[in-house]
Amino acid sequence: MDILSSYLNDLFKYLDVPLMLVLPYVAVFTMVLVTIQRYRTAKFTYSSLSSQFLENRQHFWSVVPMHYGIIIVLLGHFVAFLTPSVITAWNRQPGRLYVLEVFALAAGIATLVGLISIVVRRLTVSKVRVVTTVSDWILLVLLLIQAGTGISIAIFVPWGSSWFAASIAPYLWSLTELRPDIASVTGLPWLVKWHFANAFLVIGLFPFTRLVHILVVPNPYLWRRPQVVRWYSDK
Amino acid sequence: MEVRAQTSMVFHLDKCIGCHTCSIACKNIWTDRRGTEYMWWNNVETKPGTGYPSLWEDQDKYHGGWDANGKLQLRSTSKAQVVANIFHNPSMPTLDDYYEPWEYDYQNLFNAPEGSDQPAALPISMITGEQIDIESGPNWDDDLSGSPIYAENDPNLAGLTEDQRRQLFAVQRLVFFYFPRICNHCLNPACVASCPSGALYKRGEDGIVLLDQKRCRAWRSCVSACPYKKTYFNWNTGKSEKCILCFPRVETGQAPACFHSCVGRIRFLGVLLYDADRIEEVAKTDDDGLIDAHRDMILDPNDPEVIAEAKKAGIPDSTIKAAQQSPVYQFVKVWKLALPPHLEYRTLPMLFYVPPMSPVLSSKNDSTIQHESDQLFHDIDQSRVPIQFLANLLGTGNESKVRYALKKLKATRWYRRAVTVGDVDMETARRMLSEADCSPEEADAIYRLSALNTVDERFVIPPAHREEAVESTEDPMDRKKSAGFGFLAAPKRGL
Ligand code: SF4
Repeated sequence: MDILSSYLNDLFKYLDVPLMLVLPYVAVFTMVLVTIQRYRTAKFTYSSLSSQFLENRQHFWSVVPMHYGIIIVLLGHFVAFLTPSVITAWNRQPGRLYVLEVFALAAGIATLVGLISIVVRRLTVSKVRVVTTVSDWILLVLLLIQAGTGISIAIFVPWGSSWFAASIAPYLWSLTELRPDIASVTGLPWLVKWHFANAFLVIGLFPFTRLVHILVVPNPYLWRRPQVVRWYSDK
Repeated sequence: MEVRAQTSMVFHLDKCIGCHTCSIACKNIWTDRRGTEYMWWNNVETKPGTGYPSLWEDQDKYHGGWDANGKLQLRSTSKAQVVANIFHNPSMPTLDDYYEPWEYDYQNLFNAPEGSDQPAALPISMITGEQIDIESGPNWDDDLSGSPIYAENDPNLAGLTEDQRRQLFAVQRLVFFYFPRICNHCLNPACVASCPSGALYKRGEDGIVLLDQKRCRAWRSCVSACPYKKTYFNWNTGKSEKCILCFPRVETGQAPACFHSCVGRIRFLGVLLYDADRIEEVAKTDDDGLIDAHRDMILDPNDPEVIAEAKKAGIPDSTIKAAQQSPVYQFVKVWKLALPPHLEYRTLPMLFYVPPMSPVLSSKNDSTIQHESDQLFHDIDQSRVPIQFLANLLGTGNESKVRYALKKLKATRWYRRAVTVGDVDMETARRMLSEADCSPEEADAIYRLSALNTVDERFVIPPAHREEAVESTEDPMDRKKSAGFGFLAAPKRGL
């Protein structure tokens, strides 16, 4: 086990520059450009492509835990990225650190369980299989890897909420500010690097998958008037 | 007062023969694409029956329409619930509530290996292509009144006595009528109000309710919110779709396909002017006052004050003129013969139904069948479709409005029979008319429009003036010799 682990650590060290430096830029660049282009030329394709209509029961038990889990986890990552100091302040008391980690782990497990149920549903329900595309399968595999590596990190490289603030946040900020510096992450275990590279793979593939529905989540609904009337020409 | 024009409809149930021509006309034009095979924007149900999708009137099951406990509120969702339920819609009907569309494997007739049996064309699912057992269809209970699985579960039977039920279902006296349904193009549409993306909208000029395919994101709220289940989910494109009242036809002065093809000539289309300021107030009225309130908000197109307000609101003269000639106005407001379906859902539907006359209960005495009585309107209360059933369907549970319409229909018939056949005496006929709140002139007019109508009397469609409207937003010359305006790409399913 140790041998394998050190071998993988070495491997990922070779890949530090392509994975930790080149990939993020390529991915974000692709995402922004293609998403805008797709919205402009193929607006019709922006849809959550729900399959609830074809199968209702398994849909609930797979889609709901997956979405709630992933939203909590993503929010956690964002908070840690944007305001690392808040997290470190919170974690100063070990009790609170413990609560945070367990909560995050639970959300991660909900995501993974949901994803596995989604895969099972899409494999076994023949009607749902009809509306499952190659891009759906690629996405599901990537998300399974993402959730799997994430949970493994929570277990094998614990207290991530603390070391994220110390090493990942500064590195991400260096990328954002266009003065990339990978020094603070080169020493991280291979599992973390894999999780990281896979995340950017998902971001890069984002505009080629149904993930685009995240961008059209309907917030204006919450404050618009109930009825909508459109006139041919503005009155 | 804010006057708006609404393209409205009347279906005369007494004349529907249940031929489904309307459904086929619609299907051939609009829903013969992949993903829409199961959709019937126009469908014809047998009543009593459970309908399509099965039990659509059971709002404890589907939570469609509005609740009005002080505040008007969608039954299927609130703003907060939309957020929580966006991943999984708890009151969404699934394909099983409609039916799994199928075709037959005709190739097997040619390709089957030689054997001792004749090959058969077995049913295969139009979704998966796999062999299936057909379990239901869009009109599965057609003509099946009296069937314990379908008719007996009709939600409109609520409140009927055991006796009335027996009379409805006695096999030897089987009785039913047809109930053709399309989108009601409501004034307070639940589908529009529920859509998180704001993809659904009501057209200001003619009130047709449409669904913007480019804005729909498959959140599916409209499907559960519409109490009539007239928005459908296209499982292939991942977009909802609904009846568009054939707006490309209506804009060019033609009646919608289902109206145009109706062999029973039961369908009427015309403009109603209404007061848009009162929508909320009317939708909140309690059940007993609902029908009157709904009628009240429809304005008299001959009233000079209404005409002035309509002009002020930018309604073109041609539309006002069409409203004055509207057959729908006659049936709904002047004669009060046509009633909205399930107004208690509070979406304020703008499709109205003339209730059907049904055969009279007859009793057998010494083997002569008797269905005469001294009372003039006995057959209304003793008709084999109990009036309470019709009241549940068209009268918000209240019998009086349905009885009023049926009495007038009966009196008109009796009067016209006295005029043309002469085998009933005119004095009784006139007495019936006066008891039914109807003058001989009115009876003649009802008779004319119901029985002798022409295409131009049935469909009074004002010009849409769409060409002028387009000029204000786009230059038509830009598109000369090209594919035209609007949605120009194929509706291909996204990744
Ligand atoms: S075409 Fe007319 S008569 Fe025939 S079922 Fe439809 S509405 Fe009834």
